[in-house]
Order: sequence, then structure tokens, then C-alpha cells
Amino acid sequence: MNPGLVSRRCLHVWRRNYDVSRLTWKTNVLPPLIEPLLYIFAFGFGLGVYVQHIQYQGRSFEYLTYLAPGMIAVGTMFHAIFECMYGSFVRMRYQKTFEATLCTPLLIEDILAGELLWGATKGVFGGLAVLVVSACFGLTAWPHALLVLPVALVSGLMFAGFGLLFAAVSPYIDNLNLPTFLFINPMFLFSGTFFPLDGMPLWLRALSRLLPLTHVADLMRASTTGLLNAGLLSSALYLLVLTPLVCGYAMWRMKRRLIK
Amino acid sequence: MEPIVSAQGLVKRYGDFTAVAGIDFETRPGECFGLLGPNGAGKTSTVGMLTCTLPLSGGDLRIFGLDARSHPREIKARLGVCPQESNLDTDFTLTQNLTVYARYFDIPQGEALARAKELIARFRLEDKADACVDDLSGGLRRRLLVARTLVNRPELVVLDEPTTGLDPQSKHQIWDEVRAMKAAGSSILLTTHYMEEAALLCDRLIIIDAGRVLEAGDPCGLISKHVGGIGTLEDVFLKLTGKALRE
Repeated sequence: MNPGLVSRRCLHVWRRNYDVSRLTWKTNVLPPLIEPLLYIFAFGFGLGVYVQHIQYQGRSFEYLTYLAPGMIAVGTMFHAIFECMYGSFVRMRYQKTFEATLCTPLLIEDILAGELLWGATKGVFGGLAVLVVSACFGLTAWPHALLVLPVALVSGLMFAGFGLLFAAVSPYIDNLNLPTFLFINPMFLFSGTFFPLDGMPLWLRALSRLLPLTHVADLMRASTTGLLNAGLLSSALYLLVLTPLVCGYAMWRMKRRLIK
Repeated sequence: MEPIVSAQGLVKRYGDFTAVAGIDFETRPGECFGLLGPNGAGKTSTVGMLTCTLPLSGGDLRIFGLDARSHPREIKARLGVCPQESNLDTDFTLTQNLTVYARYFDIPQGEALARAKELIARFRLEDKADACVDDLSGGLRRRLLVARTLVNRPELVVLDEPTTGLDPQSKHQIWDEVRAMKAAGSSILLTTHYMEEAALLCDRLIIIDAGRVLEAGDPCGLISKHVGGIGTLEDVFLKLTGKALRE
């Protein structure tokens, strides 16, 4: 796998996927907007009645203000990772889109880079959809909340990388249930998305710090609340190091699977 | 005259299995060159290497005088490849299939649309221009595949078993198209396991089996050489391999 082989032609792959999503925009745009609304209603009006305030990093937050950035992180993760797990798997295996594209001046590196960029785009869109909904409920501090965009971009790319990696190593589409239950769902619950990690046993906290979504959630929360601290630097570094590693490894595994 | 394709000692291995065991051939500009052989003979692996989608395990391969190992992008930009199985984009209509494919070749949108319209008319697909690929019959799908192959105005057209699985009528339509391409001076490389097809379309061909070239020549020459001019390519093949052609 030579990243130097990626060319600007990867944007043609991005564009192809964008064109498809435009054809089905209703089913692509509505769920990312409705999903956060469901969470806000369920947790804000349901759980929020019992838990009005929550302690996070020595400060007291209204529960929804705490929850919203967690949902932005989750929205970014879900849309990026599922696009490159299921979407890329279907294009690779069933639609044979990669095979067709390989017979044009594109190399496999271009195709995979285009897939990752598209996954990242979906992640940004998923994150921004929750941001917009949160802003409508007055849950975000401006202008800090604009920082959501760069965080969503990098973490979107990272989760796209994880998605493509799972697609690359799964013999059948059903195998993709495994990373969903072993990786995505635990992250969804134990990354400081719904509740602060501080109250959990030490070992569980240590484990949580290893999960990528924990760092994304921390960065998103700093963005929407405007509470910046030194600990965020390590989270930013974590993302900046892990993202190229995961994307590079995913591309290498996918190339090994496809080019015999 | 510089050859279009020049393969020397071409080898393709998958682990311990050797699919192509060192084959040599050259194709000339403007001719239809055939790779004839049964299923599993190594045709598709050879095509994979020719289209720069499979890495070579050994040997030397030059296309348009360019090394396939070091210039895949440049070679692929000048090739038109029609795969054995449909890999049309089921998310798009027929027209979109052609325009999206054209974009991969950096053909500007306006030009891509003009070429798409021209090809759809030429392949008599106008009624279905805005239909989805899934709604097409096998024969129409293959016609669209061949049309897509021409969207970048390739200097070499590679047709991998273009009529396998088609009804006689669709088969003849594809043959007519190949003849039209030949008449227009296109260079064509065709793989097939139909002897009749090879005899009809190919100027020269090689017969391959188990990854090796058994014989090379023009269809008439091979028939007169091996079966005394009385018979078909199938008889030549049977004589050379000593076995019936597998479907």
C-alpha cells in the first residue's frame, strides 16, 4: 500500500457516491435529523426529569447540554463508519463498482481514498445534523461550536477508516454484525456520550480512554460548551495519530483482498 | 508497425496455482485478436494483466509500447474494457452509467453527455435511456456494457467473453457491433470459448489451455494446417487438446 499512489482522481469516486446520495436524498437527509430529535426527546423529556443536572469536569451542566455533544460525536461515528462498512462492502462485493472503476485510469488506491473521503463526508453531515438540532434547542455555545466541524472531519475520516477495515476483513456481509456489537455499540454506551465516565470503576474508565469515541466526545463537548482544557490536546493528538494509521491499514487490507 | 500489445513470457500465479504459465503474443493495430480457450484456460487472468487490474507474476507486458507494470494509469486511459459479468452501476440510469463512467476518464460533463447520447443511439437503447439497469434484460445489459466500453474512445477494446450466456439474437447484435468497430479501424482483443465466434470475428488468434499457448495463427490457416481445411476451429481445438470443449 503506497499512499503516494492516491491521485486527485479519487474525487471522481467521491462524486459518484455523492450523485447516488442525491438521487435518494430523502432517505439520506431525514434520518440524521430525526435520530437526534428522538434522543433529545427521550433523554431530555424522559430521563431529564430525573436527572436535571450533571457534574462534568467540576462544573454543573443541564443534562441536555451534556448530552448534545455526545450525540454529535455519535452522529459522526454512525454515519461515517456504517457508510464504509455496509456501503463500501456492497459496492465492492455486490455492485462490483470497484471492479468497474478499476478498468478506468483510477488505481485501487484512488478508489479506496475516494470511499474514505465519502465516509468522512457522511460523518460530517451526521455530526452537523445533530449540531443544528442542538442549536435549535439552545444547547450550544457560539462561536466555539464551529469547532465541531474540524473535529467531525478528522473523526469522520477515522471512523470511515474503521468501517473500511471491517469491510475489508469480513468474508460475508453478515460478519459485519461482529464489529457492530463488539466495537460500535460499546463505544456508543461507554464513551462519555450519555453520562460522564467519572462515576465508573477505574478499570472501566481506563478502558474507555482507549476508545476513539471517548476522545471525539470530549472534543465535541469542549466545542459546544466552550470549556477548553489541556486534556483536549491529548485527545486531539490521539485522533491525529490514529486516523492515518487506521485509514492506511484499511486501504492495505482492502487492496490485499481485491488485488490478488 | 509497432504492436498494440506485446506479451512475453507472461505468468500469473495465485499462491501455488499457476493460471498463466508463460504465454507470448503480439497484436497489431486494427486487427481483432482472439484468445481462445475453454473455461479455466487462463483467459481472464490474461485479460486482468492486460487491463492493468491484476499484477504480473512474471514476464514482460507492453501495451501501446508502455510497460504495464509502471504505466497502468496511462494504459488504462486508452483502453476500453468490457467485462465478462455485468458490473454496471445499478444505482444509476443507462445515461448516468455512461456519464459517470466517462468522468473517471476526466471527460468533461457536457462532452460526456454528448457521447452518452451518441452511444445510446448507436446501440439502440433510446427507449431505455432513463431506465434503471436492473430493469434491463441480459441482452440489453450486455449492449450497454459494450457501449460503456467505448465511452473514452479507446485505442484498444478488450472484450472478455462478450456473448457468453446470451440468446442467439443478442449474440448476433454484439457480433455486428464488433464488426462495426473493426470496420472503423479499432484494435480489438477478444476472449471467447465459442469457436464459431472466434472464426467469425478474429483475424488472428491463439488457442490457450491450462495457461499455455497451444497454437497461433489465423482461423483458416489453423483449420487447413490441423484438419486439412475440412472442418471447424472446434475440430482444431479437439485435435490439439485431445478433449471436448467444456462449456
